[in-house]
Amino acid sequence: MIDALVLTILMTSVPLILAATGELVVERSGVLNLGLEGMMLMGAVSAFALTYVSGSLLVGLLAGIMSGCLTAAIFGFFVLGLATNQVATGLALTIFGTGLSGLIGSDFVGKAIEGLPTVFPETLSNMPFIGVFFALDAIAYLSIFISFLVWIFLFKSKYGLILRACGISHNSAHSLGYKVLTVRWCSILFGGMMAGLAGAYLPLMLTPHWSEGMTSGRGWIALALVVFASWMPSRIVYGAILFGAITIMQLAGQARGWTIPPQFLSSLPYIATIFVLVLISSKGTAKYLAPSDLTRPFISSK
Amino acid sequence: MFYLTPRKEISLFFTISIPVISILLTIIFGFFIFSVLGFEPGKALYHFFISPLSRLDKIADLFVKACPLMIIGTGLVFCFRANIWNIGAEGQLIMGAVFAGGLALSFSETQSVWLLPSMAIFSFIGGALWALLPALLKIKLRTNEILVTLMLTYVASLFLDWLVRGPWRSPTSFGFPLTQYYPDVGLISKIYFPGIGNISQLHWGVLIAILICLLCWFAMEKTVFGFKIKLIGDSPQALRFSGFNESKTTITLFIISGGLAGLAGMIEVSANIGQLQPNISFGYGFTAIIVAFLARLNPAAVIISGLLIALIEVGGDSAQIALAIPKVVTGVFKGILLFFLLAGETLTKFEIGFNYHQKSSLND
Amino acid sequence: MTTKPVLLESREISKSFGSFLANDSINFDILEGEIHGLLGENGAGKSTFVKMVYGLLEPSNGTFYWNGKKIIIGRPQEARNFGIGMVFQHFTLFPTLTVIENIQLSLNDNFATHELRDTINKKSAEFGITVDPDIYIRDLSVGEQQRVEILRCLLQNPKLLIMDEPTSVLTPQESEQLFSVLKKLSETGCSILFISHKLKEIKKITQRATILRRGCVVSTVETADVSTEQLAKMMVGSNPQIVKPKTAKKSSAILVRISGLNRPADNPFATALDNISLNVKAGEIIGIAGIAGNGQSELMEVLSGEWRSTETIDIFDVLGTDIRNYSPHKRRLLGIGFLPEERHGHSAVINMKLTENTLLTNHNNPVIQKNNIVKNENLEKLTTNIIDKYDVRTPFQNPQASSLSGGNLQKFVVGREIIKKPRVLFVAQPTWGVDIGATKFIRNALIDLANDGCGIIVISQDLEELFELADNICVLFRGKLSESKPLQELSSQKIGMLMGGEDLHSESKGH
Repeated sequence: MIDALVLTILMTSVPLILAATGELVVERSGVLNLGLEGMMLMGAVSAFALTYVSGSLLVGLLAGIMSGCLTAAIFGFFVLGLATNQVATGLALTIFGTGLSGLIGSDFVGKAIEGLPTVFPETLSNMPFIGVFFALDAIAYLSIFISFLVWIFLFKSKYGLILRACGISHNSAHSLGYKVLTVRWCSILFGGMMAGLAGAYLPLMLTPHWSEGMTSGRGWIALALVVFASWMPSRIVYGAILFGAITIMQLAGQARGWTIPPQFLSSLPYIATIFVLVLISSKGTAKYLAPSDLTRPFISSK
Repeated sequence: MFYLTPRKEISLFFTISIPVISILLTIIFGFFIFSVLGFEPGKALYHFFISPLSRLDKIADLFVKACPLMIIGTGLVFCFRANIWNIGAEGQLIMGAVFAGGLALSFSETQSVWLLPSMAIFSFIGGALWALLPALLKIKLRTNEILVTLMLTYVASLFLDWLVRGPWRSPTSFGFPLTQYYPDVGLISKIYFPGIGNISQLHWGVLIAILICLLCWFAMEKTVFGFKIKLIGDSPQALRFSGFNESKTTITLFIISGGLAGLAGMIEVSANIGQLQPNISFGYGFTAIIVAFLARLNPAAVIISGLLIALIEVGGDSAQIALAIPKVVTGVFKGILLFFLLAGETLTKFEIGFNYHQKSSLND
Repeated sequence: MTTKPVLLESREISKSFGSFLANDSINFDILEGEIHGLLGENGAGKSTFVKMVYGLLEPSNGTFYWNGKKIIIGRPQEARNFGIGMVFQHFTLFPTLTVIENIQLSLNDNFATHELRDTINKKSAEFGITVDPDIYIRDLSVGEQQRVEILRCLLQNPKLLIMDEPTSVLTPQESEQLFSVLKKLSETGCSILFISHKLKEIKKITQRATILRRGCVVSTVETADVSTEQLAKMMVGSNPQIVKPKTAKKSSAILVRISGLNRPADNPFATALDNISLNVKAGEIIGIAGIAGNGQSELMEVLSGEWRSTETIDIFDVLGTDIRNYSPHKRRLLGIGFLPEERHGHSAVINMKLTENTLLTNHNNPVIQKNNIVKNENLEKLTTNIIDKYDVRTPFQNPQASSLSGGNLQKFVVGREIIKKPRVLFVAQPTWGVDIGATKFIRNALIDLANDGCGIIVISQDLEELFELADNICVLFRGKLSESKPLQELSSQKIGMLMGGEDLHSESKGH
C-alpha cells in the first residue's frame, strides 16, 4: 500500500520535473513562457494520437516532443522576433494550445492505448522498501537524468554560463559579443521540447487515455515550481516530489477521511510559491536568485 | 531575422486598423482550420459569426455573455495602461463572488432592497482585497505581480471549492457542492421591456457593465486620474516630475481592477446562477485580458471588444450544437486573435525590417 | 622619442545615426606600447569611436588598419582575437555571477575553472590588482568591479586596451592605483587608448592625445608639449562672443537660499552631493558648469523635489519658505518652475500629445482642472498659447511630442514653464541637442524672464551657453560645487580647468 503510494507520487512528479526543468532553462535565459500548459497539452495530444495511429510508443513520444517544440516556436517568433509582451504572449499560447489540443483530440476521446513498460524486471521491483524505485518507466529515470544534465550544462559549461549571462544582463552579454536572441531561441525551443515530453507522459503513462485539458493545471504548478526551486535544477526534483506528494496525499487523505480540507493541501504549492517569491524579493542574498532581465524584451541593435 | 526600429510617430492608421485586421486574419485562419478538420468552412463560420446575430434573443445572450468580460476588461485596461500586469482577475472575480455570497447567505431571510447594493460593495471589497496583496508586495518589496496574481487565482478557486463543499453547502443540495439560493432581493432581475417582456436572459447587470465602461472611459480620457495612469505606464520618471506619488497610484489601480473583477463575479452569480457553486466563471478573468487588448486599452472600446469575444464564445456553442464542432475551437480563435493583436502592438511601435546587418542604435 | 611602429590606424572613419553625424572622418593612430589619450566633452563622439574599434558598432565609412593591414572588426569576439580589449564606462559585468565566471565570459577560449583561477591569481599578482576570484560581483565596490573589468582584459594578453572614462567612477586614490597598473602594462608593450575629459589625467598619463569636438578630430598633440589651458581650449572651443542683452538691475532680494545640501549616492553609478551652498537673487542667472556625471542630475532632482530630505539638507528656502519637504507639485504652487535635462520621458512624454504634455506641469492649475476633471478647452488654449508665443513648429494640430524636432520640443517645454511667469526657475541643459535657431530663442526667453525679476539656476555642460546667460558661474565637480564667481572674472580656460578637477587656487599660487 505504501509502495503503491510512493510509486504514484514519483510518477506524478515526473511531468512536473520535465516541464519545470525546461522552463527553468528558458527563464535562466531571461524569458518567461507562461504557455507551459498549452505546450504540454499539445505534447499530450500529439503523443496520444500518434501512438494510437502508429501503435508505436516511440513515435508517440517523438511526436509529443516535436509538437511541444513547434508550439514553443510560435512563442519564440512573437516574443523574440517581434518583441511582444512575454506575459500576454504566454497566455495566448496557453489559450491557443488548450483549444487546438482539444480540437485535435476530439476524435481520440475514449480510446485507449498501451502505456509505457517498466524498465526493470519484476523481481527487482518486488523487493521490499527499495523495490518501488525499480518499478518506474524509462521516462521517469530520464527525467532525473535530464535534470542532472541541465545542472551540468548550466553550471559547468561555458555555453550554460553564456545562457545565464543573457538572463542576468542582455545588454552586457551583447556588449561582450554574444547573440542574445540566438541563445534565447535555443532555450525556448528546448523548453518546448521538455514541455512536450512532459505532456506526452500524461496519456502514455499516468492515465492511458486522452481527455480535454488533461494537464489540469500541471503547467501552472510547474511554473510555480521553477520559482519554488529558485531556479536551481536539483531543487526542482525535490520540489516536484513534494508537490506530487501533496497532490497524492489529498487524494489518499480523502479516502481515509482526514479532517484537513483537500483544497487546503491543493493550494499549498501556490501559497508556497508566493512565499518563496516574497522571500526572493525581500532583502538578503535570496533576491539575487531570479534572472534579473526576466521578461525584458531584447531589441537587437545589430 | 527581423530587426526593430522605434517609430517616431505612433501610426494612427495602425491604431485603428490593427483590431480589424487581426479579426479578419483570425477568420481566415478559422476558414483554414475548419477545412483541415473536414468541416464545411463556410457553414462553420456562419454558425460562428452570423448565427448568434440572427435573432434578437441571441443578441441579448451576447450581451449577457459580454457583461463580466466588459467589467473585468475595463479594469484590466487601467492596469495594462499603467504597465501593471494583474493577470489574476479570475481569482479576484471569485473572491468578489464569495464576499457577496457570504453576505447574501447570512441574510437569507431578508426582504431589504439594500441587500443587492451591499453585495455589490462587498464584492468590490473582496476583489480589491485579493488584489491588494500583490499590490503591496509590488510596491514594498518589488515582488513580481505576474506570478503572485496568477498563484492567488488558484488559491481563490480552491477556497471557493472548499466553501461550497464544506461550510457553505446547502443542507438541501443532496450532497451536491452548492450553497443555498440567494434571497430574491439578492438577485439581479431581467430587464422588462414594456410590450415585449424579457428578452432571453438580458439583465440589469449588462446596463451596469456598459455604464462602468463609459465611466472608466471618462475617467481615463477626461480626468487628471486618467492622465496619471497613462503617465505611470509611459514614464514613471515623468510621473514623479509631475508631482504624483507612484506607489499610491499603483495601489489604486490594483484596487480598481480587483474590485471591478469582484463586482463582475457578484453580477454573474446574482444574475445567472443564484447560488454559489465550484465553477462560477468560465475563465472570464483570463478572457478579459484579450478583451482589453482587442480594445487597444480604451475603456469605451471594451464594450465592443467584449461583445466580439462574447460572439466567439456564443458562436462556439452554436457551432457545437449545429455542426458538432468541439467547443474548444473558441480557444484556438481567442489565442490566434491575441497573437495577432500583440504582433500589431509591435507594428505600431516599431518599424520592422529584415536586413540583418543593419547596426542602428546610438546607445546600445 | 624613438618612433615605435603604428599598431592601429583609422582612416576617414565616420559614423552616422540617421541624420546625426556622431563621428566625422576620424583619422587616428596609436603606436605600440603607447598610452594615447582621447579627449573631448560629452557628446564629442569618443564612445562611438571606440565602440567601432571594439566591433560593437559598424562604421558608416572608412577603414581600420591593424599593423598596417586593412581589417574589418565585425564582432567583439573578432576584436578580442586581434588582441583588443575594452573596459566599458558602464561595466559589462554580471552582478550575480562570480569574478571567475565573469572573466570566463570575456575570454574566447574555454578554460577549466581551476586553471583559470590560477591564471587570475598569477595576473593579479603581476599587476598588483588583488581580487578574490570566487566572490560575487555584487559584493564588490565600484573600484573593485573596475579591477575585474581590467583583469579580464589583461587575461587575453591584449595588444590594445581601450579604457572608456575609467576614472569617472573612482576615488583619487583608486585612480592613482589604476595609473600605476596602466604604466606597468604599457611597459610590457601593450598600447592603451585612454578616454577622458579630465585634463590632469591626460597630461599625467598619456604620451599623446587626440582631441575630439563635435565628432571631428581637432588635433593630435604630444601631451608633454601642451599646457592644460591649451588642452582645455581645444576641448571646449574658442571663447564665444558674449552677447548680453540683459538689463535686469541687481537686486539684493535673495529668492533662493541653499546651504549644507547633501545627498548620499543611492546606487553605484550615482554621484553623492557634498555640502552644496548657493544663493540666487531676483533677476540673477546662476550658471552651474561641469561635465555630466558630476552630480548634475542628482542636484536637479533635489531642486525639483523629486528627491527630498529634511535630514541631509540644512537649508533650502525659496521665497522665504522652507521647501525641503515640498513635492514637485507643491513647489509649482509656490511659483517655482523646473526643467530637467532629459526631454524624453522626464520633462516630456514623447508618446503623448502636446496637450497632455502641457497637463504634465499644469494639473494643479484651477483654470485647467476642476474637481480633477480636465477642462480640455482651456488646456488646448494654453497649449496653443505656448506654441504661438514660443514659436513651436508642429506638423499638425496637437501632435505627439515625438513628432516634434528636438529644438521645437525643447522650445515647447521651456515655454510651458516660462509662460507661467515663475518667480524662480531651475533648468538643466536648456539647449542640449537643439539647433542654433532654437538655441538663441530659448536663451533670449530665459534672459527676458530674468529681466522680469525671476531668479534662475542654469545647469549646463555648454560653456558658450553659460557665458551668454549667466551673471555668476560655479562648477560642479564630483558632487562639490565651487564658489560662485562673477562671469567677468572667468575665462573658458579657467572654467575648463575647474571642470577637469583643477583647483584654481593651487594653480595660481604655483605661478
